[in-house]
Amino acid sequence: MNSARVKKFYYLMRLGREFELAAKREYMNGNIAGFLHLDIGQEAVSVGTMQAFDKGDVFTHYREHVLAIARGMDPKLVMAELFGKKTGISRGKGGSMHLFEPKLDFYGGDAIVAGHLPIAVGCAYARKIQGENAGVFAIFGDGASNAGAFFESINIASAWKLPVIFFLENNFYAIGTHISWVSPFIEQFHKVKNYMPAKVIDGMNVCEVYDAVTEAKEYIENGLGPYFIEAKTYRYEGHSMSDAGKYRSEEELEIYKSKDPIENLKKEALKKGLADERYFRETDAKIEHIINEAVEFAKNSPEPDVEELYDGVFCKECENVIP
Amino acid sequence: MLYRSALNKAIDESMEADSSVVILGEDVGRYGGSYRVSEGLFSKYGEKRVIDTPIAELSIVGNAIGMAIAGLRPIAEIMTANFSLLAMDQIINHAAKFRYMSGGKMTIPLTVRMPGGVSRQLAAQHSENYETLFSSIPGLIVLAASNASYAYYGLKWAIFSNDPVVFLEHELLYPMDMEFREIKNFDPFKAEIVKEGKDVTIITYLKMRYDVIEAAKELEKAGINAEIIDLNSLRPLDIETIANSVKKTKKAVIVEEDHKTGGMGAEILAQITEKCFYDLDAPVLRIAGEDVPIPYNRKLELASIPTPEKIVKKILEWKAENGI
Ligand SMILES: Cc1ncc(C[n+]2csc(CCOP(=O)(O)OP(=O)(O)O)c2C)c(N)n1
Repeated sequence: MNSARVKKFYYLMRLGREFELAAKREYMNGNIAGFLHLDIGQEAVSVGTMQAFDKGDVFTHYREHVLAIARGMDPKLVMAELFGKKTGISRGKGGSMHLFEPKLDFYGGDAIVAGHLPIAVGCAYARKIQGENAGVFAIFGDGASNAGAFFESINIASAWKLPVIFFLENNFYAIGTHISWVSPFIEQFHKVKNYMPAKVIDGMNVCEVYDAVTEAKEYIENGLGPYFIEAKTYRYEGHSMSDAGKYRSEEELEIYKSKDPIENLKKEALKKGLADERYFRETDAKIEHIINEAVEFAKNSPEPDVEELYDGVFCKECENVIP
Repeated sequence: MLYRSALNKAIDESMEADSSVVILGEDVGRYGGSYRVSEGLFSKYGEKRVIDTPIAELSIVGNAIGMAIAGLRPIAEIMTANFSLLAMDQIINHAAKFRYMSGGKMTIPLTVRMPGGVSRQLAAQHSENYETLFSSIPGLIVLAASNASYAYYGLKWAIFSNDPVVFLEHELLYPMDMEFREIKNFDPFKAEIVKEGKDVTIITYLKMRYDVIEAAKELEKAGINAEIIDLNSLRPLDIETIANSVKKTKKAVIVEEDHKTGGMGAEILAQITEKCFYDLDAPVLRIAGEDVPIPYNRKLELASIPTPEKIVKKILEWKAENGI
């Protein structure tokens, strides 16, 4: 790991975390509504994956703010979307769970668990026959790996040797259901290992995530078929703002907080001399400014007009649409 | 009584009375249900009867059908109506058809419960009731509970019915405190006359009941005395109660949260036309959700569904247009 890369990781993870903390505050202030799924604690996964998978298509689930920002989406546009504003990345129509930007090859926030996996496979098929080899990255949770769509996807992707990275973010819980209550094992790679290379990594370590995805990317680019990575990680917050997270113990939470991906990266970097205190101070100040700006932008942006209700249903307004 | 407590009480008493009643679904057990409907049941009845499932809706319903075939009375909970689409094949191709395809030999005492409807800014993938889809399938009974009494009696009836029942709930109703009326000789298929009136019949169901009640107060001020009918059962439809009312008032309005095209209102309108064409003094008015996926922004979200204000406005416009 070189200094530049470590600094980039720190910057994006801290940016993601501060974004989420601001989103949480604004939710409490009543400026954001609906479901808000925070990524706090899991930043190493979001940032490590998006930094390594810098080309190709990305399909994600609903816990995707940090993924979107790490992919290059402007935090202002993401925050404005959370506020439901016209300036938001999905023009206020999608909200927190539905951030899309085709210009960044970023598809989803999909709020149907595992619903995006067959779509990712289809995209990989199309890219392959179009002669492109950047491949497709699909991220999902441990809960999604129990769904039929997941099993169908790993089967088809491996039967057709499609360039897909299946990235499973195992935070052990699907809302309030522990993975061990509904799956015969905690580590989900057992389900996949006969289909494709499948490995388990420490999802609290951004460098490890980055290296794993880099390796996987090389593999799929060489036309060898799909690749599976399972990262063990943890969300500090409840599933969404309406979940107090009472189903897990304080001790469990403390164990993972002691592995905090941002604090640990900082410590490592200082120890190895890859960045100094001054860098962190300045970066934190810069991020604070960016986040404040994003919130101000979202606050000051206009709401969509009621006339926009029917915009975006079809490419061209159909005659049989009742106005 | 809270709406969700009425549902909980119905499940609890049914499980108590009959050990073949089980409930299964995502987060229904240890977590207590995402809308707290199954709260307390796990500790009372244990994991064999209160079953936490993986996120696998097709299997939740498919497994429940298998349990029903084997003699249990399963209640399958789908966390949000949108996810019932993943189970649609099991509900439609299997649950609804087994009895008929077996020449009446098979019995599927299954209840599939699901909350749906437009809540608050949950966006398009979390904001629907597929009442029209279910109601168009022969072999399914579709009940829609808008109040604590019907939630309690209707759900109990569904659990002990030997036929597959889709039991629709609305997310905004769970925390509502409602009057609980005891009902003697409960008939699940009977529509409720929520308010008697003489000028117009307003037909509605689920959460729209409350918007219509509010709208009716305003209409009263404008000199329109509305009769309000809450359907309770969407399949079968209590066309008799509807027709009797329309024959009296000579005018009908249907209010539904569902999208207008091909919605429940379309079917109700067709049946009113069949039964009451010559009694009508005006074309039937349909006030429905817009034909758009539900937007996240609150202003647009409200623009996409009926509200009390819109109901009043549309009825007054319709009155003026038709000189009634
Ligand atoms: C098909 C479907 N069923 C149920 C839900 C409700 N739901 C939303 S998130 C979630 C848990 C998903 O857990 P996991 O896949 O582990 O992802 P995490 O939230 O932990 O990131 C559930 C059950 C849904 N959105 N879609």
